[in-house]
Amino acid sequence: MKFEKIESEIAVLPIDNIDTDQIIPARYLKSISKDGLGEGLFRDWRRNADGTPKSDFVLNQPQAEGVEILVTGDNFGCGSSREHAPWALVQNGIRAVISTSFADIFKGNALKNQLLPVVVPADAHAELLKSPWAVVKIDLAAQTVTLPSGRVVEFPIDAFSKTCLVEGVDELGYMLQQDSAITAFEAKRVGSVNTLR
Amino acid sequence: MKPRTIVEKIWDSHVVAEKPGAPALLYIDLHLTHEVTSPQAFSTLRERGLKVRRPDLTIATMDHSTPTTSRDLPMLDTVGKAQLDQMEKNCKDFGIRLYDLKTTKQGIVHVIGPEQGLTQPGMTIVCGDSHTATHGAFGALAFGIGTSQVGHVFATQCLLQTPSKSYAIRVEGALKRGVSAKDIILAVIARIGIGGGTGTVFEYQGSTIRSLSMEERMTICNMSIEGGARAGLVAPDDTTYQYISGREFAPKGADWDAALARWKQLPTDQGAQYAKELTLDAATLEPMVTFGTNPGMGIPISGAIPDPASVSDPIEKSDLIKALKYMDLEPGKQLKGHKIDVVFVGSCTNSRISDLRAAASVMKGRKVSPSVRMLVVPGSMQVKKQAEAEGLDKIFREAGADFREAGCSMCLAMNGDQLEPGEYSVSTSNRNFEGRQGKGGRTFLASPLTAAASAVTGVVTDVRTLL
Ligand code: SF4
Repeated sequence: MKFEKIESEIAVLPIDNIDTDQIIPARYLKSISKDGLGEGLFRDWRRNADGTPKSDFVLNQPQAEGVEILVTGDNFGCGSSREHAPWALVQNGIRAVISTSFADIFKGNALKNQLLPVVVPADAHAELLKSPWAVVKIDLAAQTVTLPSGRVVEFPIDAFSKTCLVEGVDELGYMLQQDSAITAFEAKRVGSVNTLR
Repeated sequence: MKPRTIVEKIWDSHVVAEKPGAPALLYIDLHLTHEVTSPQAFSTLRERGLKVRRPDLTIATMDHSTPTTSRDLPMLDTVGKAQLDQMEKNCKDFGIRLYDLKTTKQGIVHVIGPEQGLTQPGMTIVCGDSHTATHGAFGALAFGIGTSQVGHVFATQCLLQTPSKSYAIRVEGALKRGVSAKDIILAVIARIGIGGGTGTVFEYQGSTIRSLSMEERMTICNMSIEGGARAGLVAPDDTTYQYISGREFAPKGADWDAALARWKQLPTDQGAQYAKELTLDAATLEPMVTFGTNPGMGIPISGAIPDPASVSDPIEKSDLIKALKYMDLEPGKQLKGHKIDVVFVGSCTNSRISDLRAAASVMKGRKVSPSVRMLVVPGSMQVKKQAEAEGLDKIFREAGADFREAGCSMCLAMNGDQLEPGEYSVSTSNRNFEGRQGKGGRTFLASPLTAAASAVTGVVTDVRTLL
């Protein structure tokens, strides 16, 4: 799957340190497949105890329909390593999250699931926070975000992840191609590796 | 040769291949796995017709969804049961050693690795679990990965990785009575914030760290992720070697001598560079407790709950207001003396034998407050057995606490052990996120000593008043 440009309204969740327990609570982690995880997205922020939607939560607004970009506070995705977090976001149609920083494991997990973590400078972030539901464009190939004001800012991404997303490279396939290097490494280390005998 | 940190040394010895423009292929010496983050990775293997490359370097356990009530009872949670059954099938189909609920070696994945001598200095260790940093206490580079990467390690025994920078965290001097490893790490996180270590590996150093036991070092390394670092480690020393020696998977005879010679090369060279440094004076530390909804929101037990009015950053301010609202706490007040409903002693942070001994030392001859429900959950069946041999189970039971079978339990409330909405707990676990211990539950993180003292009095307590 190749990652295409995104042009979407933005849903704004101006909270720092949103942890993966909020993105998807642990009780949704008993599944042995990826199916249906979207139901758990921000469950306890999104719904009351009886399952009815909380009317003030951003993703419950009528404008949230079809939104592909989420803008959040600093350090998004901290906490547990659960890949269920990006799975749940993607199943809700989110293709990019814009913040000032991301937790390491979440960032890695997101990139492996066609979910783009976009880090923008503080001033651009401030503009986005003030512009809920405005239209923003993200061009991964050019590594740019077009802000609601029309200003264009660049964002960083490592070259390998970018290639994987833009060209649809399969990471595991890429690793499997290096089988002979792995075998050579194992041969060299026999006796010096701690194995489970 | 340029002086290197321990992290650089471990990295250098595990690079299988490096291509320009791509992350390095890093070899993984030990892959730990559990029922929650592995099923979709096994599915990937099946879909692609792949095997587990090194089942001999892979170990599985059941801990997250497992009940902590008697193992003889049928499991009532059918969805959780299906997950455990799937784990059993996956391990059987792919030839992986599994410590299931029937074995005497089952336990929380980060407790059983060290306990069995699987965790050794200089290794690369991964698990689909963010608290894998626990194993760093042995001078291993250990970090959590997502399920896609679990699949990568199954299939290739490697990961695509870029090196992390090292962050030196030095703690110097003697700890005061009643102050423990948990208080050190909570103080570090309160200082740097939960994103403070992002992109780095913590190397814990200094005379205080050197004087700690392996179990205490594990408590500290365990919570590296709460400081934003994916990994944290302590260079190995005699304390490390003594702990490993004689354990089931520890090298023996000539292999031991060879291993020891290798391990002694690991500590950071004089003059090696750190990207960041922090020094704490152990003598200034008090028992710590968190008041908010992330592990960085911690205060010394004599301190006051911060006032949002004194915070200038607008998001930080609204986050603090949100946290205090969720916790239903008033700024400016002390947390000490706040009524609690539940005490949880357990989790991969504080469920080892030394933690149970610490809690029992406070509980002995005392009773759990009638308004408090206390759960003591050993980290492994081995820990449970040891606790029983020492009579700790009796101390807990006589005090009125519930002493359980091994598992993650109320650390993440997946197995039925959980807080009711609105309840307050003092917990020895590692996360106080909203709903972490049960929907609507409110968590104060603290040490086993503080937890036990609070169980006795029914309010958040300075353990030093009971010692
Ligand atoms: S005890 Fe808690 S933090 Fe540790 S592995 Fe289990 S769920 Fe994760």
